[in-house]
This record gives sequence, structure tokens and C-alpha cells, in this order.
Amino acid sequence: MASILKRGQKQGTGPVGGTKTPAERTIEAIALVVLIFVALLMFVPFAFSIATSFKTSPEAAQLSFGNMFWPREGVTTAYQTAFDSNIQRWFLNSVFIALIWIAGRAIMDTMAGYAFAKMEFPGRKFLFLLVLGTMMVPGIVTVIPKFILLDDLGLLNTYGALTIPFLADAFGIFLMKQFFESIPADLEEAARIDGASRYQIFRQIVLPNAIPAVTALTIFSFQGSWNSFLEPVLFTVGAENLYTLPVGLANFRAVYNTNYPVLMAIAVITTVPMAIFFVVFQRYFIASNVASGIKG
Amino acid sequence: MAGFPSRKPRNPLAAEDAIAGWLFITPALIVLTLFVFWPIFQVFRVSLFEWSLIEARGPFQGFGNFRTLFQDPDFEIALRNTIWFSVGVVPIQTFLGVLLAVLANRAIPGKTFFRVAFYFPSISSSVVIAVIFIWLYQQNGLINYVLRWLGFGTPQPPWLSNPNGVIDMLLGSFGVDNVTPWLAGPSVALLSIMMMNIWTTMGSLMVIFLAGLQGISEDLYEAASLDGANKRQQFFQITIPMLRPVIFFVTTLGFIGTFQVFDQIFVMTPGGSPAKTTLTLGYLVYEEAFRGFAMGLACAIAVVLFAIILSIYFIQRRFIRESGLE
Repeated sequence: MASILKRGQKQGTGPVGGTKTPAERTIEAIALVVLIFVALLMFVPFAFSIATSFKTSPEAAQLSFGNMFWPREGVTTAYQTAFDSNIQRWFLNSVFIALIWIAGRAIMDTMAGYAFAKMEFPGRKFLFLLVLGTMMVPGIVTVIPKFILLDDLGLLNTYGALTIPFLADAFGIFLMKQFFESIPADLEEAARIDGASRYQIFRQIVLPNAIPAVTALTIFSFQGSWNSFLEPVLFTVGAENLYTLPVGLANFRAVYNTNYPVLMAIAVITTVPMAIFFVVFQRYFIASNVASGIKG
Repeated sequence: MAGFPSRKPRNPLAAEDAIAGWLFITPALIVLTLFVFWPIFQVFRVSLFEWSLIEARGPFQGFGNFRTLFQDPDFEIALRNTIWFSVGVVPIQTFLGVLLAVLANRAIPGKTFFRVAFYFPSISSSVVIAVIFIWLYQQNGLINYVLRWLGFGTPQPPWLSNPNGVIDMLLGSFGVDNVTPWLAGPSVALLSIMMMNIWTTMGSLMVIFLAGLQGISEDLYEAASLDGANKRQQFFQITIPMLRPVIFFVTTLGFIGTFQVFDQIFVMTPGGSPAKTTLTLGYLVYEEAFRGFAMGLACAIAVVLFAIILSIYFIQRRFIRESGLE
């Protein structure tokens, strides 16, 4: 996965040689049709939810070919209702929490990843295996002890519960270690000969070269925090001012479970920032799937 | 996992590194110790106590919580549902991922478009997708609309409130009745969530497999065709074996993800409705801990869940080793 990060996607190889038989052309045409169909299957739910968010409740309930993906009138009442709830607050909470996750991981994962990659210190191998081993542990397994600990620390129903446990993560450390190992030693060698200390080497030589990897880490952190649900929903029970967008949406669904235009409006508002991020940085996102898969 | 790089014999920073290394990892180590290492240890510990949310730690129970669990009908239901969920979702999404990757591993136009389209569901919030699919699965929703338009019947009661087992229904149409609960299969409601999960994941798996396919050397195929192997032989003798490590990786992550399924149940079928047919182990952990306030029992479920996932991991790894690939 680290190699994907560094080089980006390679071009498809496909059948080599320029000449293709008619049979091969037919197969390729069929493949293309299947792919287009599946791609549509991926887009339809999103397109349908955007269309629904601009309908009135009665129109949403009356599905027809004419209004399936294009509302007859196009009203913004659903968005107005959404804004009358606490959604601005949820949005700001999501943004705030994402910024803390991003900053914490950019600092802590980068430092730890560099140490594991380039420094010799007692216990290094053991600690790294320990970190690596925890990547397989599902979130639901550790959520109750985390809850008990946050309760003991008096952090339940505070921003602390939504940020402090996530300031560093095993996958990010692994990712940064992989990256730093790929940096050639010569780069640091010269500075070393000039008598630079570890801190100087790290700050003046390593960090400026680590910008692509830190960017990738930032994207994973953003995705992780923006979509996280299990912990925020359990650590902020009843504290509506602390809800993030997914928690707010889930609660809205539990209370007003049939107002689909409003539900879809909140879904759209939740998805748009991620969609923009995705389109801008789509190259980096490919490796992130690995991360989300591990975290579940 | 790459090995550690070989060190130069003389490292002028060695003495400094012994201290600086620890300083560099300390911030991350504090966070991980408190919120990862300690909770992993603690989940085993709490599972041995009577531990209520309100009164905190009660008397030591030994394996009492586990005994309670194995006699609890809800645990059996949740285990059954979770197994159906996993064995339904993981192979199908992996198969579809490979299939789509093979189709896309040609010089097709619009690569970026396809990558964005296929990848987008997997980076969206699980809650957003769950809410969208609640709407799609409604009685008067898009899925039923399309089914009616195509001339098919629609499930009664509608998708997410239908507790009938799909294998039971299938056998029933052949005149076989009263199958055991384990053989009744996932309910229509659980199947609906499974299909949503497959929809969410298959595109991102395609992208992973595509990267795997592009890592296979073209020489292998050329050598094989010189030896007279046809396309199908090449696919089963080269492509699939070369993809095996990726398949192992993807199915392992798939089992970890599906065995702890929670968000979708919480949002789409609260309480594991209808008739507990969508009650999963992950959801039962939540119910026992935050509805029943029985933290000890909930941790016991979490420990069982953890043990199942680890067993699957080691069985799979063994399977991969024995097939001579790693």
C-alpha cells in the first residue's frame, strides 16, 4: 500500500501488443458495459438522495419516472428544517474534532514512525510489534474499557472523549514508518557528518521531505474522524451539543424517522465535505481503504 | 511487513538515539497505552467480574459471565446472525471485487471516473449510507419501484421489517417446512443489510485487486502462452495464485469488519428488529453494556468476538502458508 502512495496508480497493462482480434474487442466492449452499469449502481443511491432532499414530503412519497432524479418543484424546505435543528453545531463539532485528530496524528504518528524507522533505541522492535498487533483488534472489542476509563477520568460527554483517545493511531505510525524507511540514508548522512543532532536532522531535513506522507496521513485522519460513529455515539449520550454529523443524523433518524427529505438533506450536508476532499485527493484515498478496513 | 533495515556498523548518533528514540515515541505511546493497550487487557479483566455501569466493579465471577452467555438464547441468536452475515458478505464481495478488477484491468477509457465512482461508497459515512438505504428499502422506495417496473413481486412485509429466513422461504417453495433456526438462513431484513454492505465494499475491493493485478509481471503470461496455456488456464494458474496474498488480506479485513457490524444495525434496525433477526454480536455488546448496564457480560461477548476473529485469522494464515504462498 505504501508503494501506491508513493507512485500513484500505474497504467493498466491489459493485453500487450497493439493488434486485437475481433473476439478481444467484443470482450472489451462487454467489460466496459458491465463496468458502466456497476458505476451507475454506485451513483444511483447518492443521486436519488440528493433529489429527495429537494422534494416536499408528499412528493417524496409519490415516486414516478418523472421525479425520480429530478424534483418537480425543487424546494429547500428540507434544508430549512435541517438548519432549524442543531445541525450547524454538529457540523462545527465534526470540523473541530477532525482538526484535532489531524494535528495530533500528524505530530505523534510522524515522530513515532520516524523513531521506529531510523533510530536505534532499546525496546524498539518489541514496541513496534506491539503497535502492529493492535491493528487487528476490532473497535467494538475495546470500546467498553475505553468507556470505563473515560468515565474514571471524568471525560465522558466532553470534547476530550471525542479527541484524546484518537490523537495517535497504530495504522498512522505504521504508514509513517514505511515512508521513512524509503528515504535514502545519504540524505541524513551529510548532515550527520556536519555534526547535526537528531532533532536538527528531523526538523530541517526529514520533515520537509515528508510532506506527501503527512498529506496522506492527514487524509486518513480526516476520513477516520469524519465518519467515526461507534465511539462518538457511545461517549456523548444525550449531550446534543457534542454530537458530530453522523451521531446527529442517527439521532434525527430515531426521532423523525419518516421525514425522508430532511434525513436526505442531513445526509447530503454530511457527505459534501468528504466528497470535495475525495475529488481533490482521490489518488491518496486508495491506500486509505486499507486503514478503514483495519479499523472496521 | 518489511524487516528492519540493516544498520551501519558505526552510527555516530547511537548514544543520542537511545534517549531521543524514546522521546520521539513517548507522546504516541502514552495515547496508545491508555486507549489501546490498556483496554485490550481490561476487556479480559472486566469479563471476569460482575461489573455494572452504575456501581462499577462487583464480585469476581471467574468464567461465570461466559457460562451465563452460553445459556443466553440472545447470544445464540446473535452468533447465528453474525455468522450468516459474515459468510454471506465476505465471499461475495471478494468475488465481485476480483471480477470487477479483471474487467477493469484493460485499457478502458475514463479510468479516473470509474475509480471515483467505485470508491466513493467506501469513504462515505456508514450512517449516511444506512439512512439512504432505509429510504431505498421503504415500501414505496426506489428498490420496490424498480422491482415492480421489472414485473417482480416485492417482499411482504417490506425489506427491513421482514423476519422470514431466506433459505426457509426457498425450501418452503419446494414443500420443505420447519427447518431449524440455524438453517433458516438470514432474514430478509438481515439480507437487506448484507446487500448494502456488499454494495459499499465491492468497489474499493476492486481498486485493491486492480493494484494487485497490475503487480503481476507480464512475462509470466508470455511464458505461459509460449507453453500453450489458454486464457482460462492462465487465469486459474497465474492470476488467481498471484492474487492469493491480496485475497487473504482482503478476506481477513472483511471478517474483522463484518464480525463487529454495529453502525448499520443501530441505525437501520434498532434492537435487532424484526424479531431479533438482525441482532449481531457487535450490537449485543452494546445492548448488554448500555441497555442492560452489564459491563462484565458485555466484555465477555467482546472476548468471544475477539477469539472468533483471531481464530479466523490464524486458520486463514495457515491455509495460505500450506498453499505455499505468503
